[in-house]
Amino acid sequence: MQIRVQEGPFDAGAELDAFSHGRHEVGAVVSFTGIVRDPEGGLIRMEIEHYPGMTESAITAIAETAKARWGLADLLVIHRHGALPLGQPIMMVATAAAHRRAAFEAAEYLMDYLKSRAPFWKKEVTRSGAHWVEATPEDEDALLRW
Amino acid sequence: MIDIVYFAWVRERIGLPRERIETEAATVADLVEELCAREERYAAAFSDVSALRVALDQELSEFDAPLAGVREVAFFPPMTGG
Repeated sequence: MQIRVQEGPFDAGAELDAFSHGRHEVGAVVSFTGIVRDPEGGLIRMEIEHYPGMTESAITAIAETAKARWGLADLLVIHRHGALPLGQPIMMVATAAAHRRAAFEAAEYLMDYLKSRAPFWKKEVTRSGAHWVEATPEDEDALLRW
Repeated sequence: MIDIVYFAWVRERIGLPRERIETEAATVADLVEELCAREERYAAAFSDVSALRVALDQELSEFDAPLAGVREVAFFPPMTGG
């Protein structure tokens, strides 16, 4: 299990290759990459604040729950903080399991929990000013299915 | 002595990321009340605690939780990771 909280960029393709390489016990690897987007136009960059210490422990707890619940062979979580330009990867998760259903479900579980239980806060800096991204009721509702 | 840390717009509204204070507050809610009485910027940040989350020693907690033995209290808006 690998968990990385970092400021610098990462290469999602290279990470996925390394994660998938040389595994004989798994038949399925699923990955998700979140990217800085500009839904309304005018975004200059995204700024992500986090709570050093709690971030790592919260992600580890979420990851351990997923690993046990879906019997994952392995999993990877990378999440960035700091200033992120448009189009750059923010975070990725990858899951490895014997079968695809477990790998897909575990990846969705990780994403749902990382979104509203890992202490990160996103701020969008746009040409017309900066604002904190607000959590939505859907983010919270997404946890109910688990 | 207790360390208080603030994140995101709570940090911006209060105007500092961290402070150490002397308090007799028994619960998180008591601590919030004590802070609000100090200065307007705290009252502005804590005007609606239902919009806030609290962590005690880096574990998510509740506003009615006791502070006995706690070293670090964090206040922040709902998280927006992923």
